[in-house]
Amino acid sequence: MGYNIVVCAKQVPDTKRITGEAMKEDGTVNRAALPAIYNPEDLNALETALQIRDAHGGTVTVLTMGPPNACVILRDSMFRGADRGVLVTDRRAAASDTLATSYILSQAVRKLNPDIALCGRQAIDGDTAQVGPQMAEKLDMTLVTYLEELIDLKDREITVRRNVGNGWEEVTAQLPVLATVMETANHPRPHAAKRIMKYKKARSKLEMEKELPEGADIDAEAETLAAKGLLIDQWTLDDIDADLEWCGMSGSPTKVNRIQSIVLAGGEYHEFDPTEDGCEKLVHELISDHTIG
Amino acid sequence: MIQVNKQGDVWIFAEQEEGKLSDVPLELLSKARELADALGVSVGAMLLGQGVKDLADTLIAHGADKVYIVEDEKLKAYQTTPYTAAIQTLIEDHQPQICLFGATPLGRDLAPTVASRMKCGLTADCTDLQIGTHEEKKDGTVYENLMYQIRPAFGGNIIATIVNPERWPQMATVREGVMPMSEADSSRSGKVIACQAGLNGFPLPLTIHARHREERKVNLKASRIIVCGGAGVGSKENFKVIWDLAHCLGGQAAGSRAAVDLGFIDHDHQVGQTGTTVRPALYVAVGISGAVQHRAGMQESAKIVAINNDPDADIFQVAHYGIVGDLNQVVPMLIKAIRGGMSVKTAHETPEATHG
Ligand SMILES: Cc1cc2nc3c(=O)[nH]c(=O)nc-3n(C[C@H](O)[C@H](O)[C@H](O)COP(=O)(O)OP(=O)(O)OC[C@H]3O[C@@H](n4cnc5c(N)ncnc54)[C@H](O)[C@@H]3O)c2cc1C
Ligand SMILES: Cc1cc2nc3c(=O)[nH]c(=O)nc-3n(C[C@H](O)[C@H](O)[C@H](O)COP(=O)(O)OP(=O)(O)OC[C@H]3O[C@@H](n4cnc5c(N)ncnc54)[C@H](O)[C@@H]3O)c2cc1C
Repeated sequence: MGYNIVVCAKQVPDTKRITGEAMKEDGTVNRAALPAIYNPEDLNALETALQIRDAHGGTVTVLTMGPPNACVILRDSMFRGADRGVLVTDRRAAASDTLATSYILSQAVRKLNPDIALCGRQAIDGDTAQVGPQMAEKLDMTLVTYLEELIDLKDREITVRRNVGNGWEEVTAQLPVLATVMETANHPRPHAAKRIMKYKKARSKLEMEKELPEGADIDAEAETLAAKGLLIDQWTLDDIDADLEWCGMSGSPTKVNRIQSIVLAGGEYHEFDPTEDGCEKLVHELISDHTIG
Repeated sequence: MIQVNKQGDVWIFAEQEEGKLSDVPLELLSKARELADALGVSVGAMLLGQGVKDLADTLIAHGADKVYIVEDEKLKAYQTTPYTAAIQTLIEDHQPQICLFGATPLGRDLAPTVASRMKCGLTADCTDLQIGTHEEKKDGTVYENLMYQIRPAFGGNIIATIVNPERWPQMATVREGVMPMSEADSSRSGKVIACQAGLNGFPLPLTIHARHREERKVNLKASRIIVCGGAGVGSKENFKVIWDLAHCLGGQAAGSRAAVDLGFIDHDHQVGQTGTTVRPALYVAVGISGAVQHRAGMQESAKIVAINNDPDADIFQVAHYGIVGDLNQVVPMLIKAIRGGMSVKTAHETPEATHG
């Protein structure tokens, strides 16, 4: 018994803390100037997964695609309760749009063969909310978007309440299911002190190569870590049988024509004094340009 | 994916629920009309459901030249896979060059699934669409007459223009409330084409047990004047000044997310990324800092007035008129000035229509 649950999580720049310094002169975003964080709604997806595992048994695997540094959010997941982390990292995956991203992630999910796959509703950088639905289509898993409450799970049947914007819907589906989870679904649990002690030592091979002295036997070290459940799996596109045609630039039909930073300038701006006289002048202005009156 | 097809039509997905169209497909139609006229092709609408035929007239009156109707019991309540299957058939049979969906919860569930099935690109949550030329930097290839898909991203901090040069149709979801809706013209004529759903034996993945729809009590999108209060207003009691100002302008009161979270006003009234996107003739922001998520919902307003005691508040950057001061003093003075200014004017016209 128990369920095999995979959570897809993305490391994102903290777009809420964008300041002038984070914008480059050509109008593009200097990601390096922003702290990298766990995509907020992916923490809600992880919490849903952990609640299912705690109630029904099984395992929670967190999957991320990104640069080697994305292991930070895999360790963060383990501090909160995840059993395993998998990093898909490959230069050939760079510049993937949502079609290519969802293809690559779906190949990794296929290999993990879960009963339940959970995504956040939306990532705060790309802001598309497309990756979850597109993965479900490729995996032929039943899609349940906007999960807000898990109502019941038994006999491989899941019942949830989904938020459909102007109301809600209660639906039941047979597993395997891929759901996207809303910010309002739950409150992500914090790091557990005991788990930090254990999992702060979790590493991927790429990280070990960087940290261990030259000449160290990486494979032997990896085996030792694996025996303790501390090895972060690290996959390339070859490891997940990805067809390179559908990855990265060549797998991405959308192309960026232009990027502009938002220049906060409303054009002409008139300031009025905070006095009766100033207020009258403002009202007069609005009446004379026919906005009111 | 379909082949690049410059003669292909511009299509919209006519989202309906229980036989009713919302404003979204009508907003899409006015934009589709503009794009189709620029390209010299027709506008098509995909209308899926059960017992929805009658809606075709509305779609035609708002700009559709052709309405493709697919009716089936399995399309009655929305589910992702039967809708995707029916749309795939329509696209393959008729080869449109552009397909637009509303960036509604339903549209953002359906459109990515269709794009994944068609293996074509999809741009999310566009706030503008135009026809233009794209030069691929890598090899210098020039593509004429592509759809520019213009969207905010990175939490609203940048605007990206995205194109889909080769793997068609060019698909986009379009944010609600940002495209102006054209007037209905009942003299327009169009073709209604009944299509086969091909859903015999198609399994429905979900059992829908219960659904609850909340009627929106307020219609912010329809308001010509909006007065929006923020956390700076301080309390629910004090929020009365926002209602007073709205009333004396004949407008609607609204709130920032902070104001809603603090319980000053209902969520129905929230403006912004997770509330309603509005573009009134006049938007008065009172005690609002102007976070990106807020600006995303109001910066298209024709005239923006900001009242804030912090001269560096971001809201002033998008405002046309500003007053730096304490709202508790400024708003009452403003109400007095409006009553004075407007009653002089209304006195000459219809004396009984004096505001307040
Ligand atoms: C400014 C800008 C605009 C863009 N616009 C578009 C566009 O309109 N169309 C388009 O196709 N692409 C677009 N992209 C590319 C897109 O951001 C990337 O493809 C990105 O990898 C995935 O999209 P997202 O960030 O929107 O994720 P979303 O679709 O919003 O993510 C939803 C969920 O999918 C999962 N997920 C997403 N990415 C990963 C990952 N790397 N690892 C693990 N789980 C993940 C997470 O659970 C996440 O919560 C844009 C990129 C930028 C920078
Ligand atoms: C995913 C996401 C979605 C969001 N969606 C939305 C959304 O849809 N809509 C939205 O509004 N926000 C949204 N937010 C929240 C947004 O980031 C801001 O937190 C919010 O808009 C702040 O509201 P505010 O301006 O009222 O409050 P604050 O930022 O606290 O600003 C209060 C302002 O009042 C001024 N003030 C204080 N006292 C006075 C006084 N006496 N006289 C005059 N001025 C005074 C202050 O100078 C300050 O500028 C979202 C955030 C996230 C992360």
